[in-house]
Amino acid sequence: MAMNRRQFLKGSAAGLALPLFGCAGVASKGAGPRVVVVGGGFGGATAARYLRLWDPGVDVVLVERNARFVSCPLSNLVLGGSRSIEQLTFSYEGLERKHGVRVVQDEVLAIDAARRQVRLQSGEIGYDRLILSPGIDFLYDQIPSLDNVQAREQIPHAWKAGPQTVALRRQLETIPDGGVYVIGIPLAPYRCPPGPYERASQVAHYFKQAKPRSKVIVLDANPDITSKKGLFTKVWSERYPGIVEYRPNSKVIEVDVAARTARTEFERVRADVLNIVPPQRAGNLARDAGLLTVDRRWAGVDYLTYESNAVPGIHVVGDAISAPPTPKSGHMANQQAKIAAAAVLALLRGEPVNPDPVFANTCYSYVSDKDAAHVAAVYRYDKAKQALYTVNGTFGVSERASEQEGEFANAWARNIWNDALAT
Amino acid sequence: MKKTTALALALLIAFPVSSALAGPSRGQALAANCAPCHGTDGRSLGTTPVLAGASRGDFVQRMQEFRAGTRASTVMRRHAKGYTDEEIVQLADYFSALQR
Ligand code: HEC
Repeated sequence: MAMNRRQFLKGSAAGLALPLFGCAGVASKGAGPRVVVVGGGFGGATAARYLRLWDPGVDVVLVERNARFVSCPLSNLVLGGSRSIEQLTFSYEGLERKHGVRVVQDEVLAIDAARRQVRLQSGEIGYDRLILSPGIDFLYDQIPSLDNVQAREQIPHAWKAGPQTVALRRQLETIPDGGVYVIGIPLAPYRCPPGPYERASQVAHYFKQAKPRSKVIVLDANPDITSKKGLFTKVWSERYPGIVEYRPNSKVIEVDVAARTARTEFERVRADVLNIVPPQRAGNLARDAGLLTVDRRWAGVDYLTYESNAVPGIHVVGDAISAPPTPKSGHMANQQAKIAAAAVLALLRGEPVNPDPVFANTCYSYVSDKDAAHVAAVYRYDKAKQALYTVNGTFGVSERASEQEGEFANAWARNIWNDALAT
Repeated sequence: MKKTTALALALLIAFPVSSALAGPSRGQALAANCAPCHGTDGRSLGTTPVLAGASRGDFVQRMQEFRAGTRASTVMRRHAKGYTDEEIVQLADYFSALQR
């Protein structure tokens, strides 16, 4: 079990930290460097595990505000009705028990990069290097009426898995046959490029079974489907004809919360269930630490180390960074976390980092309860341009969704969760 | 402030150390790319094949067939094309040395 604030403080203050960590051997004071990892999602949890896997001599503290990990990948299946949120929820226990990562459940108040300290509600922790995996936060100034908690209960984004996902599923369950579900998609870049289209497919799957006269309207701010276009177009016309309606260039600019109506430049669209995914930027922690060097929205990093190009000693991974042409996905966060972990270990030893990283992405999308399709690519680093590029011939999308790929997608989920959390 | 010092101090004394500083070998770092689908160290929990303990020769041959497009696959033809011959051998060395 992850320590909550009080246990953490108690254990520490009493000098009894050792039994809590359950690992053999006590270091002498100052024997090894400490890496603090902030954020226990796909990026942070994976980084914490691999730091310890690759170097048990490093002290790794993972700070996460939630007691449990809830997976965004597969959470659209909760909306479709074939998974429960419990099946996507995991503890951080494996990281503590199997790898000696010290998991602290706490809120980060501030990062003091000059003193290399993270300020928590329970106190301060010093670091030699910090890995920050802050995820995303929303640009509510672009849709002001959603900038309060009550509005978000009625108009959920469900773009961070958890209570929002459950709330959206409940709304879908309550509407009558013949009801209208509307999803608003922000301009790219946003977390999980195929996610909104997968979600439209999942809701259509649910409607087809349970409420066949209902409709899914997709209001996409983008001029076209941003990921797996051919696949989704085919899925909607072949599997869900008359259910899914796609409207490009339809940026939601305001919402009437009480009337459940979305406003675009051209029209007002009334819904029974309104699901607006707001535009996004790097998580607040990255903003507050002064890391947003790309369009004032994303953290700019060195792709050999993932160290911020604004603040030394802070490495950033996951959806919060700008790393074109790679997508913002859990798979990418997993891969960045490992490159960052290896680089941090090398830097702590004063050794050179790997000059030629290679890594890959795969995003599976389920278009029903069983069938899935992938988009995949392998990426490398161009030294001269200091940029990432897609290796020739590696990018591609499944021709169609299949049950076989549904099984591989499920295997992917189980393996990537375990890779991050040692479940 | 006192609390803070105690916390920091406890953090300093208490962490478990088991070896000198290490880091991943090139093969190990490459193999970590495959973990999201094939499991940590190739010990898959699902229907994707286990890579730990693979025969070195078979491994290299399959990767080359995926790359050439002569072996049926859903996604491996894309991934296999991302790696050089040398990297495929490093991956084969790493996975074949692991216990299944
Ligand atoms: C997106 C998921 C994914 C990733 C990432 C991935 N694989 Fe695979 N791998 C598969 C699947 C699925 C198969 C089964 C063939 C297929 O459908 O592509 C497979 C099959 C294989 C096989 C054939 C095994 C056998 O016994 O038939 C080998 C070898 C292999 N992969 C090696 C690798 C290596 C090495 C990496 C990393 C460099 C890797 N894979 C990365 C999904 C993946």
